[in-house]
Formats: sequence, structure tokens, C-alpha cells
Amino acid sequence: MGSRSSHAARIPDVDSLRRETGFSQASLRRLYDRFQALDRTGKGYLSRLDLQQIRALAVNPLGDRIIDSFFPDGSLRLDFPGFVRVLAHFRPVDEEDEGNRDPKEPEPLNSRMNKLRFAFQLYDLDRDGKISRHEMLQALRLMVGVQVTEEQLESIADRTVQEADEDGDGAVSFLEFAKSLEKMNIEQKMSIRILK
Amino acid sequence: MFLLLPFDNLIVSLLGISLTVLFTLLLVFIIVPAIFGVSFGIRKLYMKTLLKIFAWATLRMERGAKENHHQLYKPYTNGIIAKDPTSLEEEIKEIRRSGSSKALDNTPEFELSDIFYFCRKGMETIMDDEVTKRFSAEELESWNLLSRTNYNFHYISLRLTVLWGLGVLIRYCFLLPLRIALAFTGISLLVVGTTMVGYLPNGRFKEFLSKHVHLMCYRICVRALTAIITYHDRKNRPRDGGICVANHTSPIDVIILASDGYYAMVGQVHGGLMGVIQRAMVKACPHVWFERSEVKDRHLVARRLTEHVQDKSKLPILIFPEGTCINNTSVMMFKKGSFEIGATVYPVAIKYDPQFGDAFYNSSKYGMMTYLLRMMTSWAIVCSVWYLPPMTRQAEEDAVQFANRVKSAIARQGGLVDLLWDGGLKREKVKDTFKEEQQKLYSKMIVGNHEDRSRS
Repeated sequence: MGSRSSHAARIPDVDSLRRETGFSQASLRRLYDRFQALDRTGKGYLSRLDLQQIRALAVNPLGDRIIDSFFPDGSLRLDFPGFVRVLAHFRPVDEEDEGNRDPKEPEPLNSRMNKLRFAFQLYDLDRDGKISRHEMLQALRLMVGVQVTEEQLESIADRTVQEADEDGDGAVSFLEFAKSLEKMNIEQKMSIRILK
Repeated sequence: MFLLLPFDNLIVSLLGISLTVLFTLLLVFIIVPAIFGVSFGIRKLYMKTLLKIFAWATLRMERGAKENHHQLYKPYTNGIIAKDPTSLEEEIKEIRRSGSSKALDNTPEFELSDIFYFCRKGMETIMDDEVTKRFSAEELESWNLLSRTNYNFHYISLRLTVLWGLGVLIRYCFLLPLRIALAFTGISLLVVGTTMVGYLPNGRFKEFLSKHVHLMCYRICVRALTAIITYHDRKNRPRDGGICVANHTSPIDVIILASDGYYAMVGQVHGGLMGVIQRAMVKACPHVWFERSEVKDRHLVARRLTEHVQDKSKLPILIFPEGTCINNTSVMMFKKGSFEIGATVYPVAIKYDPQFGDAFYNSSKYGMMTYLLRMMTSWAIVCSVWYLPPMTRQAEEDAVQFANRVKSAIARQGGLVDLLWDGGLKREKVKDTFKEEQQKLYSKMIVGNHEDRSRS
């Protein structure tokens, strides 16, 4: 990576990416360098394997699901725009954005709702808009590994679904999910700041 | 045609004279000192001059960028994102506290928001992680007049471009041929010298000659790369019957260490030129070369190494336990094989200064020939070598703990980051044990509290 000079001009569609994601030119440059560093063989796109080779991600219990979120709809190649679009969810919220935003424009990728949606789809594997008890169990199982027994895990899952479920359908919809987390400082907890 | 003859003669004789002069200079100033291990200090002077020029170039570039209102792109060596170093437990408690409206006299067992911790941590590693950046060349904070390290190289000022052009001329047209000539001399002397020494009967004289042939040729190779090496604590140099371990950045490490000491090398048998050199070297001195098939057999390797060290008169073995080249900003996991043998370990830390030429061998990007070409067209290879005091395995520690102890000592001395990861994994996947540790930590949080709850 150190020997390639990446000018902003080399990043494809840099202006439209800036508008869409809200990243500054400098941040896009750094992310582009990172994209190229991860693309070890210089293919021009990332595959699942490239992301799986990040050791610190491979030891994350939710590593596989996070990688899946970059490859929606079964796609096998991740290009740079796709890469930044997902990372844009984690851009810190600018206070000025909120006030000046044109209500006709689509919601920015890093809005509170979009951050919540991102976390929601880590639970909701079948994308039916609800976290069923079974999906809750699966997510819990990933996070605890073999350390917890099935009964303990089931009771935890049951309790969690019960607490969040308001309309009694035995599953947590996105609105119920958002409501149970309404007090949480999502903007801060789901944000990663890129150094200037 | 006849009119040109006298001029032809003149040109030919001029060429002949200049070549002779050049060769004599080469001999006197470079090869003869190499044979005797003496230095005239020319390289140090060269280094000082270069530093002054680099400082000027960087200032000029910054000034030029400011005038043109360009944003100078500064690569960050410490990562591109802001991170706070909190533990899993603290972070999850923080998240729960900020989200929960309930009074928390005992921590709830599981919250939907817990997932945010893993999600954010995962994203952070995708944006920036400790290991991926160790396998690409270290990024410089100031420019060293090589376009290969520059990110802002567009036309900033005429003077700068002229200086860069001059640099290219000097490096490719003057330094490169000189270095190739020296390398050629060094390698052929090594092959011829060791083969000739090989014909002598075994004895003290043979060893003496072998040692000096090796040293002389390595010294010539060092000058072929314009390597400016500073050795520290030479009193701790490896002795017979020991094992010398060092961090690995490039194949040049071998030349750097072997020009200051007489070692038995360990390695795989290669084909081509390397193979010729290896076969010649082993005639004069008992190096340990393995066939490709033998390398996989760990027991065979261990046995041969043990046999070698147990013979106390044998030379110290030179080993690079990382198993792969790292970019010299960190030290990765040492393979425990060399630490199980039971010999005294002499750790050596090698730190390159990337300002003059980056020595890191990125084998997935460059072949050996391209790499050598890059080395020979850099300004110089500057490094420091520290010989650390010898270490032996203590009674209570196993090979892995001993390896880690040595690794920490080397990292500390060289100012390198001490990482637990295995460098070999740049081509393989991670083991599950690390993931289990994370899961254990998290489980303790939610299950520990579950038990409290069911008790109360």
C-alpha cells in the first residue's frame, strides 16, 4: 500500500459518493487506501475471504454476520462504493446536518434510524422485518459460544423477546426494537470517527 | 572512414582509462576495506548529506502545497480511526447504562443493545486493524525523494521536480551499476572462495579461511547495498553452540548479521543462483540446509538442529522464528520450534530506518528480482542491530512462554510493537481459540448475573 499514490482523482465517482455517504474527501481517500490494502491481490473488489482474513474481525463472535452485511442479496464482490455505503452508517452524526436537512432528500445513511436498522438486520437473518425467538437464540448463541447451556440461553431469549414485544406476536419488529432502545445514545455508540 | 580512425582510437582509449580509474577506485575504496573490515566513513557522510536534502524537500513540498491550497495527504502510521481502549465489560456496561431507564441495582443479564458493542468493534477492525498494516511497507512522515513513497507527487515546484529527477539519475545511472558490480564481485568471490576452501582438509586452518572468506564476501555485499549498519552491544554476540534469533524483515537480514559474525545458516534448499551459493557455502562450513519435503517434518528439523547445537564446537545457528517477513514496525508470534531445543538463545533486534530505503520484502507483491532492484535503487539501507544478552529457558516455563519472553525483549529493544498474532496467518485463517476468549468474557457477564437472579 505504501508505494501506491492514490489521488482523489483515482477514486471512481468520488463526488457522488461524497453526496451519498457524507464522508469528506479526505476520509474517502483514507477509506480508499484501506480498501486497496484489504484487496491484497489487486482485484479491484473485495471478496468475503479478504474480509475474513482480518484477524481481529475473525475473533469477533459476530464477525461472519458483519461480513454478510457487506454482501447483500448473495453478491460475491464488494466494490468501493458498496464498501463506503456500509461504513457510512457509522459516520458520526453532525449536529449541523440535522438542522439544515432538506426533508425532501433521502435520510442520510448515518441517521439514528439507519444505524438502528443496521443493528436490527444483524439479528434479523431472514429479513422478514421481525426478530423471532429463534433468531434471538441464534444471535445469542453466536455471542456466548459454548459457555452457556441451552436452557439458560432459551430463558434469556424468552425474557428479552417478552420485554420488547408489545403487540404480542412473539417477535420483535423494527419499531418495537427502536422503541426499546429509544433512550440509548445510538449516535455515539454506533459511530466511528475517522481522523482528519 | 579513415578520417574517423584516429578519433575512434581516442575514444576507445579514453573509455579504457576511465574504466580503469573507476575500477581502481572501486577496489581501493570499497573492496579492500571490505576485506579487512575497515570503514572510511564515506557512507556516514553520504547519509548526513541526504538527510539535509530530505528536510529541505519536505519543507518545500509543504510550502508549495500551502501556496496552491492543496491538502497534503499525510499517511497515518497509528491508524485512521479514533479508538478508546476500554474492555468488553466496561463498554457493554456503558452501552446498557446509556440505554436503560430502569434503576440498575444489579446488572441485567442481556440487553438488545449488547449487539452494538460487537457490531462497532467489528466495523472498527474493518476500517483499521493492527495486523493488515504490518504487511505493507511502513509509511513515512516526510518525503525522501523517491516517487515510490510519495502521495502528493504532482507538480509543486520546478526545483523539487529537478531535484527528484537528479535523484533518479544518480540512483539509476550511477549507484545502480556500481552496486550491481559489487554484488557480482561479492557473490562470485563467495562461491569461488568457499569451493576452494572446501578442498582443504578439515582443521583449524580450514575454519580460519572459511570464516574470513564468508566475512569478506558478506562485507562486499553490504557495500553493494550501501547498507549503513550500527551495531550495539557487540559483547553479547552469539557464541558457538548457541542459537541466534532475530526479527525478520527481509532476506537482507541474513547479510547484515552475517557480515558481523560467523553463523551456520538454516534454510530451505532453493534452485537457481541461490542453490549454487548454498551448495558452495556448505562445502566450507556446516550450514543446515533442508530439502523442501523435509521442512514439513517438524521432528526431523528439530532433530537436525539439536544435533548441531549439541556439538559445542559448531557455529551458532541463525534463525528467524517469525517464519515470514514483517514490515519492521512490529514483531509477530515466534514459532516455538527453535525454543524447544534447549540451547542458549542469543536474541538480536534489527530495526531499519525507512527514510533511506524501505527494506521490507513484501513477497505477495514483489518477486525477488524486483525486490533486489528496488533495494539497489534506494538511497541506502540504514539499520541498527542490537545484540541482547543471552537467554535460557527457565524451569517453570514451556517453549511458548520462553519464545514470548524473547520476543518481548526484542520488541522492547527495537522499539517495535509486540503482537500476539501469528505472521504466517497472512495466508490462512485465524484459530478459534481467540474467538472463544471473547465469548467467555461475554458469557461471564450475562450468565454470572443470571445465576444471581435465580438465587435471589
